[in-house]
Amino acid sequence: MSEVKFSKEHEWITLEGDVATIGITKHATEMLGDIVFAELPEKGSNVEKDGTAGVVESTKAASDVYTPVSGEVVDTNQAIVDDPSKINEDPEGSAWFFKLKMKDHSEMESLMNKEEYDKFAKESAS
Amino acid sequence: MEIKKTSLNKLHQSNNAKFVEFAGYEMPIQYSMGIIEEHKFTRSHSGIFDVSHMGQLFIYGDESLTDELEKIFPLDLKNLKQNCSKYSFLMNEDAGIYDDLIITKLEQGYLIILNAACKDKDFEILSNLLGSKFKMNLDNNRSLIAIQGPKSVEILNSIINGVDQLNFMTGNWFDSDNQKLFATRSGYTGEDGFEISISNEKVEKFVENLIKKGAQLIGLGARDTLRLEAGLCLYGHELDINKTPVEANLRWAISKSRLSNGGFIGSKKIMNQMQDGASQIRVGIKPEGRLIAREKTKIFDDADTQIGEITSGTFGPSVNGPIAMGYVDKEFSKIDTKILLEVRGKKHPANVCSLPFYKKNYVKGVN
Repeated sequence: MSEVKFSKEHEWITLEGDVATIGITKHATEMLGDIVFAELPEKGSNVEKDGTAGVVESTKAASDVYTPVSGEVVDTNQAIVDDPSKINEDPEGSAWFFKLKMKDHSEMESLMNKEEYDKFAKESAS
Repeated sequence: MEIKKTSLNKLHQSNNAKFVEFAGYEMPIQYSMGIIEEHKFTRSHSGIFDVSHMGQLFIYGDESLTDELEKIFPLDLKNLKQNCSKYSFLMNEDAGIYDDLIITKLEQGYLIILNAACKDKDFEILSNLLGSKFKMNLDNNRSLIAIQGPKSVEILNSIINGVDQLNFMTGNWFDSDNQKLFATRSGYTGEDGFEISISNEKVEKFVENLIKKGAQLIGLGARDTLRLEAGLCLYGHELDINKTPVEANLRWAISKSRLSNGGFIGSKKIMNQMQDGASQIRVGIKPEGRLIAREKTKIFDDADTQIGEITSGTFGPSVNGPIAMGYVDKEFSKIDTKILLEVRGKKHPANVCSLPFYKKNYVKGVN
């Protein structure tokens, strides 16, 4: 599996062959608070880099989830739809959102590594 | 304008509050527990709410004050006993609501608790209506603390002996730490609890004592989910100048004896609406599944006609599902009516339901 990469919209992504797994970062969940609703893209649909690919709602507000790369949705995580509190518990592990079959691997290049993202998150929070 | 702070601001900070601006005040939206845990803690233990941003209006006067206030509020104040409280409204001639409030009869006058965002305007309106005959004091030297939840009576009684003898919607003056404070058995969470009016100098130590006894600070976020589960209105959402108490389904708050003769501001409209019904009415709404429909969500019937709008919507932690309130056309206000909610461009099924979503636990008959 590839190194974890991060987007400015606070998604994380890993790549295994052509299949990317995407979720939202721990930092994002801390900003959102208790998550009580999750909506995921439909399996088989195509999503475009930086386009919306889902929604999460906390007790306070709704937020769009973006996809950091383009591709066809090949799997979604029903467990987080059934119990959205799992997203707060393990955002960068078992509470992944969806898997994409990537078309263009070069889209990974513009994303941040962990060190860059931590710095970005710290700056955007202050 | 500079943001205002309550006397507990430092205590909020040291308890890791996340702040928001609310009605011109810097107020805690949540602490480290988070909204859901704070909500559940209040329902199972005891939550402390800083509601010092709300207005505490003391009006002093003789019997003629009661007469004058009856010309304003739809209440039978003559027969209201001393230290008893009523929920009511300040209205305009069209029965539009300027504010909703709690009024308590004191030995020599009344205490009216007003919403933070409305209190200055309310003071102006009431000053104009009452003239200079009565002493009015919108008291900025007092803080207001709510303590809510099943353990609250035991915790508060260990600090203010005797509060356990209060019935729901009654109050009294108590001596504590060499000062007089006014406590009422009331609140806005659906739980048993109290609201305590206490001087700004003493409030921090008082709240620290409550925390030592096992209560926890709770933010405005959980206050909102708690009141919504209890089916209670929030000014600026369910209530505003374009809504009447009849439309808001609050006719229970209008004293029956005042309905035959009227004589309060807005009485004509109220009496008409009581007879003919209002064209729109506030209802409880339960979306199917987990979908949350927030304020301003449009409500449709199955023929695609808009029939109303959501005024508050969130996830109810104790109900463990989404809940909402809103206004719908009269013919759609029956319980179990199927409606559609438009969220992010799609229509989702929901049902009109009875309120509250969560059974209230008020203590009515102590003595």
